[in-house]
Amino acid sequence: MQTFTPEPRQTLKPPTKGIDPVKEVQIQVKDLNFYYGKRQALKNVSLDIQAHSVVALIGPSGCGKSTLIRIFNRMNDLIPATRVEGQVLIHGVNIYSKETDVVALRRKVGMVFQKSTPFPKTIYENIAYGLRLIGVSDKRILDSVVEKCLRRAALWDEVKDHLNLSALSLSGGQQQRLCIARALAVEPKIILMDEPCSALDPIATSRIEELMESLKSEYTIVIVTHNMQQAARVSDKTAFIMHGELVEFNITSNFFTKPSNKMTEDYITGRFG
Amino acid sequence: MLPQKISELKEHLLSEAALVEHMLINSMQGVLKKDVRLLKEVMEDEEPKVNDDDRMIEKFCVELIAQSSPVARDLRLALMIIKMNKDLERMGDHAVNVCQSGIFLASCSFEDSNDEIKIMSEGAIAMFKDAIKSFASEDIVLANSVCDRDNIVDDAGDQILKRLTVIMQSKKSSIHESLHIMRIAYNLERIADLATNIAEEVIYIVEGEDIKHHHYATSTDIPSGSILNS
Repeated sequence: MQTFTPEPRQTLKPPTKGIDPVKEVQIQVKDLNFYYGKRQALKNVSLDIQAHSVVALIGPSGCGKSTLIRIFNRMNDLIPATRVEGQVLIHGVNIYSKETDVVALRRKVGMVFQKSTPFPKTIYENIAYGLRLIGVSDKRILDSVVEKCLRRAALWDEVKDHLNLSALSLSGGQQQRLCIARALAVEPKIILMDEPCSALDPIATSRIEELMESLKSEYTIVIVTHNMQQAARVSDKTAFIMHGELVEFNITSNFFTKPSNKMTEDYITGRFG
Repeated sequence: MLPQKISELKEHLLSEAALVEHMLINSMQGVLKKDVRLLKEVMEDEEPKVNDDDRMIEKFCVELIAQSSPVARDLRLALMIIKMNKDLERMGDHAVNVCQSGIFLASCSFEDSNDEIKIMSEGAIAMFKDAIKSFASEDIVLANSVCDRDNIVDDAGDQILKRLTVIMQSKKSSIHESLHIMRIAYNLERIADLATNIAEEVIYIVEGEDIKHHHYATSTDIPSGSILNS
């Protein structure tokens, strides 16, 4: 007679989203102050962002979240009369030191904007353009990178037969994924997304969110969003910024069920803001 | 918009709780005073109203979550109200069970158990009232005190069980009657358990801390006298 040995019972574990103590800190912000002329936009902000995590920045308009995300690749340098105090370290190196090569920094820290901004060129050239700028001219390498980036951006299957069509012929969601693919072409370590889905319909938004989840294994993603459900869906940690101050930086599951700060609670439940 | 809906939802739950409280009091009065008319009123008039409230509140919660996507305290409240609503509906069912046994016992003499049943019912109903009061006023001190009182009702149930076991062994003709008294005691114990659940849910709403199952770390810690354990 055959005997039946039951499988040992699996212990249910809570969802794994959150922080992993083993992961290295990739972005470290220490006592950061930022000024537009005399107006202080960020006040004494400190936070650590782990590699291969998605961090969402939320807060009301004008709170400083876009300023913060733009600090990570020094986009604010382009605005006159701005001033930075404190330190922003990426892989332990202060990106605001005098020795920093800003062009190299922006290659390492790519950015995707609210409005998709494809070049008025072919789909293929949108990806290849950045590579050509850094001196890659071998067609085989370009073909390979274009395919790899479009695959990573979950766009390859939709455009593989139309690579020579204008990028402007793509839908809004496809254009945004093309911009992500373009950012990936120069092998960044960090991807910044400033409200990447605000102009997209729910289906296109869902594709971008799925993409973030799949890209996380290779990149660190920081996203600014006004959509709190999106922050709750995609991020491992969420930071709430108010009047230039970091009010709370917490594991997302805790942030949206049991925030530790009353101001966070009031903001996310719509009591103010 | 959401705060208004949340406030409306709380009002609905309190209204359902008032109905259940009425059922519990009437069912016990009916049993102790052998008032069959009152017992039938609970079963036929009051219980269907609780069932209607149960459906309405559940629908309200589903729509609130779907349309307003509550987070933080609002989310905890909506989720716990779904649970409390179920707790209340179950309490209504237990009150009906009490009534059914009460109708049987109305034709018997069971005065020997009156005091113990009275202690149990007063304990369970007081726990219920305080659990609902703690919800209305978000008073976690009161909610914690409800959790701490569960054993009193369990102990009273234990006394009934022990005494009826002896009676049934010596007087076989009393078995039918004794089983109905035990059924009432069991249902009162379940009502006290559900009141404890509500109190734990209040603590989760206010503090975000899940304290469920923290009272008894292992099954061997469950009080030996618990009717559920016998």
